[in-house]
Amino acid sequence: MGNHSLLQLIKVNKVFCRGTIDEVTALDQINLDVSIGDFITVIGSNGAGKTTLLNIIAGVYPPERGGRIIVNGRNIANLSEHRHAQYIGRVYQDPRTGTAAKMTIAENLSLAIMRGQSRGINTAITKQRKQLFREALVPLGLELEDRLTALVGTLSGGQRQALSLVMATMSKPSLLLLDEHTATLDPKTARIVLDLTEMIISREKMTAIMVTHNMELALRYGNRLLMMHKGRIIVDLNQDQRRNLTVSNLVDAFEKASGEQFADDSVLLSSVDPATKQKN
Amino acid sequence: MGNLLPVSFYEGLAYGLVALGVYITFRVLAFPDLTVDGSFPLGGAVAAVLIISGVNPWLATVVALIAGMCAGLVTSLLNTALRINALLAGILMMVALYSINLMIMGRSNIPLLREVTVFDQAAQLFGMETSITFSIIFMVVLIIIILAILNWFLRTDIGLALRATGDNEQMVRGLGGNTNLTTIMGVSISNGLVALAGAIIAQNQGFSDVGMGIGMIVLGLASVIIGEGIFRPRNITSILLAVVGGAFAYRLFLGIALRLGLPPTNLKLMTAVLVVVVLAIPYIRKKLRHEWIPPPARM
Repeated sequence: MGNHSLLQLIKVNKVFCRGTIDEVTALDQINLDVSIGDFITVIGSNGAGKTTLLNIIAGVYPPERGGRIIVNGRNIANLSEHRHAQYIGRVYQDPRTGTAAKMTIAENLSLAIMRGQSRGINTAITKQRKQLFREALVPLGLELEDRLTALVGTLSGGQRQALSLVMATMSKPSLLLLDEHTATLDPKTARIVLDLTEMIISREKMTAIMVTHNMELALRYGNRLLMMHKGRIIVDLNQDQRRNLTVSNLVDAFEKASGEQFADDSVLLSSVDPATKQKN
Repeated sequence: MGNLLPVSFYEGLAYGLVALGVYITFRVLAFPDLTVDGSFPLGGAVAAVLIISGVNPWLATVVALIAGMCAGLVTSLLNTALRINALLAGILMMVALYSINLMIMGRSNIPLLREVTVFDQAAQLFGMETSITFSIIFMVVLIIIILAILNWFLRTDIGLALRATGDNEQMVRGLGGNTNLTTIMGVSISNGLVALAGAIIAQNQGFSDVGMGIGMIVLGLASVIIGEGIFRPRNITSILLAVVGGAFAYRLFLGIALRLGLPPTNLKLMTAVLVVVVLAIPYIRKKLRHEWIPPPARM
């Protein structure tokens, strides 16, 4: 902490379906300063704006007029999603979103290695790259390094998510976004993928934001914790403040900050029903 | 059998170009592009008009290819820049091209029988007669060149991004790939190939006609589906070969049907029936084996 700022959100708002009866303020005057090396966990109930926050940072849609997203000192709020991707790697909730099923593992990794570079007419899969891919896959311990020519569609959900993680991080983006990336996996596989996540983040000294539905995970991982409610960040705890917290402390903190009763059971459960996740 | 086999072989190769174009949009990009029915006669029209006004036939053929790419460019821009549904963008372009082709030609049919074509010039170059045999040699060489280029291109960084766009567009954008650009590229290349086929076929048959594009989509799709069904290809190289093989099998089938006394007016109906049969076989096979069958696809 106290490091240089990597990402700044300044007065970021997002309203969906403006002017209709379905109008929703998904993000309400968000200001956030992420320092280099931060590993932030974000919790909040359904509709709190967690996924919208990640989508805005990733450039899926722009913030409302006047909102600024500053990465490495540059405002990228109005750049398209693929331009955001040169700074930002992302692992999605659904393993199928982060990988291409009809292409091989090597082809998927070749797509990932070109992040932030212009794609030209060089051969995509070379000997050197294959060596690089093997080295990136070995630490997963899933023996994917021997299956570079296998179609990704033939892998299990856990294997695909581990591959997504490698793809999101292998070209070393400035920021890693994790969007409930273990929510659809079984508890054991989820644990493996989370440990891999932590290993890669600490090895590459990455800055990361992890959205989760699970308060235990939010406390176990990372060095800073954000709690969102109705489009606002209502709790922001640093390393010292969250050190000895328990889930029930968090629920108290939520009720105090929001002035509401904590009613969402799913946040308290350790394994979360993926169907409850709000889709954009 | 007479010349059934050589003719089917030549036609399979020539329409193989159409099949390759349709394969790139429908299968690689998952972009159901119907521009093809218009860009095929566009290629014929551009080549014919240029040739009768004295332009070198090779140059005329290249210009036809570029014209086809421009048609694809417009279709893909309708989709990417104006967000018009891909299917509708292709239909709009196909309809517009009908008028454009008439405008280019100035009439509905241009005969090329007395003109010097690329076939004549190539035959002259190698001191050969223009015959069905030479047409086959010409097409084999052309197809090998096109296949080599496509096989290389689809394995480059940008080619991989193009293939991934049809597989998982969200992922490509998330990895920094511009999917609008890859879509524009793919649809343009596809229509360029189809227009090239139009230009070549017009020169070989000795005329260009505004109506010669009717059913090109079905022909291309039929070739792709038959090729995939017969050869069950696994990697890019074998898929490309299978598509051309499918075009050959398709023309052979139609040739045999004609020999057996099918009136030429029934050809399109035969094509439609053939595609239905080829598409239904895997379903019926699964049904008989009591295997799981996915719900009907709407795209």
